[in-house]
Amino acid sequence: MYRYDEFDQAFVRQRVEEFREQVGRRLMGELSEDEFKPLRLMNGLYLQLHAYMLRVAIPYGTLSSTQLRKLAHIARTYDRGYGHFTTRQNIQFNWPKLADVPTILDELADVEMHAIQTSGNCIRNVTSDPYAGVAADEIEDPRVYAEIIRQWSTLHPEFSFLPRKFKVAITGSPHDRAAIKVHDIGLRMLRNEAGEPGFEVVVGGGQGRTPVVGHSIRAFLPKNDLLSYLEAILRVYNLLGRRDNLYKARIKILVNQTGVEEFTRLVEEEWQAIRQGWELELPDSEIQRISSYFARPNYGEAEPIDFGFVTAQRKNPEFARWARCNTFAHRQPGYTIAAISLKPEGGIPGDATAEQMEVVADLADQFGFGEIRVTHEQNLVLPDIRKADLLAVWQALDKAGLAVPNLGLITDMIACPGLDYCNLANARSIPVAQRIGQRFADRALVEELGPITLNISGCINACGHHHVANIGILGVDKKGKEFYQITLGGRADEAAAIGEIVGPAFSYEDVVDAVETIVTTYRGQRQAGEAFLDTYQRIGIQPFKEKLYGTR
Amino acid sequence: MTLQVMTANRLGDGAVVYLDAEGRWSEHLAEAQVAADAETLNLLERRAEAAVRDREVVGAYLFRVDTADGTPRPIGQREIIRAAGPTVGTDLTPPALRI
Repeated sequence: MYRYDEFDQAFVRQRVEEFREQVGRRLMGELSEDEFKPLRLMNGLYLQLHAYMLRVAIPYGTLSSTQLRKLAHIARTYDRGYGHFTTRQNIQFNWPKLADVPTILDELADVEMHAIQTSGNCIRNVTSDPYAGVAADEIEDPRVYAEIIRQWSTLHPEFSFLPRKFKVAITGSPHDRAAIKVHDIGLRMLRNEAGEPGFEVVVGGGQGRTPVVGHSIRAFLPKNDLLSYLEAILRVYNLLGRRDNLYKARIKILVNQTGVEEFTRLVEEEWQAIRQGWELELPDSEIQRISSYFARPNYGEAEPIDFGFVTAQRKNPEFARWARCNTFAHRQPGYTIAAISLKPEGGIPGDATAEQMEVVADLADQFGFGEIRVTHEQNLVLPDIRKADLLAVWQALDKAGLAVPNLGLITDMIACPGLDYCNLANARSIPVAQRIGQRFADRALVEELGPITLNISGCINACGHHHVANIGILGVDKKGKEFYQITLGGRADEAAAIGEIVGPAFSYEDVVDAVETIVTTYRGQRQAGEAFLDTYQRIGIQPFKEKLYGTR
Repeated sequence: MTLQVMTANRLGDGAVVYLDAEGRWSEHLAEAQVAADAETLNLLERRAEAAVRDREVVGAYLFRVDTADGTPRPIGQREIIRAAGPTVGTDLTPPALRI
């Protein structure tokens, strides 16, 4: 993992002290709320429905066991004993007191963490593949470049007041697990004809009230040109992006209004100017220096086929189900990627108690080289588990309520905090997820249904990624009552697509029945080997409409 | 005239609070003063402005209530949740980890 150097340490501590002073001035009355609000937002502190909310950055979703233990300590000491992992691979605490926040930030700095740029119109936490560095299908570890982008974009003076927030996602695998096509900039690693690794650059994707799948503006960008090209895109956006209308300020609107071809020309022109001027080429030595932080651990010898693992699965069907659903191909023979679902039946998607975080941290230390990942689907991952240790890992997870076998299945829902916590929400998300989880509590059925993504947002800002779900649910307010609009056919991977609205919205009471009707329709229509999306693409939306609305 | 209550978030911890008849901020909606006339509304607004200035609360505003059963009840879902707290259940600790 990356470790802070002296510069990182110094500026993070400096920011903590600066914010401590600002909180003090606010509490003493020297700053009004209007003056204080932009300052607290720069430090990740929001004021939500019931309390303050602190959003802590987890760069590219990678955590050490020490960091996770610190998050558990913060949850227990300053909050209500839990934290909420988000679709930005970050964590949010829902109940901190204003006066405690500088001390929380100080504690975070002890483990090389902070909340800078988790809010505001700046470049936010760079997100990445949660299986980065260990995925069997990977070209190179994208976290090396995510870390380089983090260093370049943190407190970047030119890009601290952009027209709107700006999100970058990066993947090192052909199969996109980081939803790069629905980010302001998406970077996909690939090889050119000479076999050299570089990036395809995708720009102008996004969700919110105007969902757009990003456009590829460069088929191949050499690695050494990464920062100069990003700088060129950001400059064009910073100059031409709209600042007069909040809803038209994201880069996706600029790309659409300018036209992809013209936007690309402007970026290339700016890029040439940058390259002729001052030096912004990434030296190989710097790439190698950052790469060394992400060096693969010493895996030692492990049998490619562990017969103990095979026997354990035969003897224990529940373990076998979890191993089938929640583990993924590791690049090292004898190892596996173990995903920990934070979606128990009837639970709150993305929430983990302090005790659960400590269980995961302990398992990471005991079995997984001390490393944990956070996924944008609001789950955790132990990326380096020996297959021989998997039974012991599962047993410990099961005891902590963390062995839910549903990765990528219908109950592995993304849900935003919704109207239960969020000031922007129009409707609740979490209770809808809880009720769907209870309705689909039969684990055998859930597995039998196959891969289905179901995402819920409590407002059109789409933090719950409903646009890119196979089954998307959007909460809307109709005269003070909660209603839910359903979309079908969205996806967030390399073939990203925006879902299609199936028809009029359902009431809070009826929305879970509607989901069941959709699932029943799929089961009735699917052919052998089809996943939900395959059936949907073959039969279209009409059969679902008919089942949901009859002849209405 | 519609019935209204003054609410805000307390500066120190962000808690939802309501202005009562004594000019104090209560965490309980049942204790809120319900404004049914322009004079009371005006009083609530003046007291809220002063409390914002005095750093007691932030983001004060009025919202509509119904008092059909004798106590003020919010009309919209947002204020119902602000008054009662999240509807998601509170004890997230699985049985095996409970002390």
